Amino acid sequence: MSKFRKKSGKGLQAINTSSLPDIVFMLLFFFMVATTMRETEVQVKVKVPEATEVKKLEKKSLVSYIYIGRPVAHVARMYGTEPLIQLNDKLVSEEGIPYESLQDFVLFEREKLPETDKNKMVMSLRIDENISMGKVDDVKQALRRAKALIINYSARKEYREQGRQR
Amino acid sequence: MARSTPEVNGGSLADIAFLLLIFFLVTTTMDIDTGITRLLPPEPDPDQEDVQVRVNQRNVLVVLLNRSDLLMVGGEVMDRLALKEKTIEFFTNPLNKADLPVMEETEVQFPPGSSSMLPDDGMWRGQVSKGVISLQNDRSTTYGKYLQVQNELVAAVNTLRNDFCKLYFDKKYDDLNTANPIEEEIQAGIRQIYKMNISESEPKNIGGRN
Repeated sequence: MSKFRKKSGKGLQAINTSSLPDIVFMLLFFFMVATTMRETEVQVKVKVPEATEVKKLEKKSLVSYIYIGRPVAHVARMYGTEPLIQLNDKLVSEEGIPYESLQDFVLFEREKLPETDKNKMVMSLRIDENISMGKVDDVKQALRRAKALIINYSARKEYREQGRQR
Repeated sequence: MARSTPEVNGGSLADIAFLLLIFFLVTTTMDIDTGITRLLPPEPDPDQEDVQVRVNQRNVLVVLLNRSDLLMVGGEVMDRLALKEKTIEFFTNPLNKADLPVMEETEVQFPPGSSSMLPDDGMWRGQVSKGVISLQNDRSTTYGKYLQVQNELVAAVNTLRNDFCKLYFDKKYDDLNTANPIEEEIQAGIRQIYKMNISESEPKNIGGRN
């Protein structure tokens, strides 16, 4: 009558895997919720510059995007390779600076926001680092005219070694 | 007697879930948008007359970026990595030089009792710079270079704010919680002491075409 019977004869016991699907489903749901499918297809090539002082952009609902860059291959076939502006998901095909389109865009985006947030609208400028400032200045002037004054120069986080950073 | 239902084999459930999981893992782009937020000046009122504001020469640091992306700060050509130090010196004027900005005696109210370095009423008294940085660029300057310069200027002000905040409140300026009214007041106070005085001139074409 030994209380501690020696396990014997059975060899390796099978591991109970019945909870494995539960665990995997949990992970799956996490990723499904965390995923934000980008609904906009960016039709211009944008490689944003690097900067050390970047901050996270809070409150996605207040943000509208302006992309400036050279068009990607299949768009370039139609519009040429000169830098183009894309407003959220709409490519502006006009030559020069689309003051009208920008103005309309700002009005349209502002209309979507609730009354209390109308003056908190943020314009995120996702601009390729090789674009010349002429185009950027024109866009900034247009935004000033449309009274969209909070802008965010999109940039990647740059890490520098401590010594340089004072 | 009813037959007991045969048990469903759940062994493949894990495989299916894994397949879905891997799909989402691959397609997920958890890109957090980051960037430098700046405020554009409002459009000038057309009825308003052009008033020449006379600003003392010593209070202005002119930062020029030409069309070959060369940087000139206060009349001398400079590397971008030296700009931060220069800006900090410009805003603090530690040696009280005559060619750096005037420092003005100022009082700034902080929440009482928030720091042991402040008097009981929370009133900070000290020197605040009247300096303004004037950033000018050409139409042919590349955006990447322009943003790097912006970054250095913002970095200088952020460093000053952080140092001040560390000294008085033992916390970094960026780590203050804006949802907390006291900490927000502290932030507002520090913003008054170290202002983000970066003015951008109206765009102009300094030599050369677009």
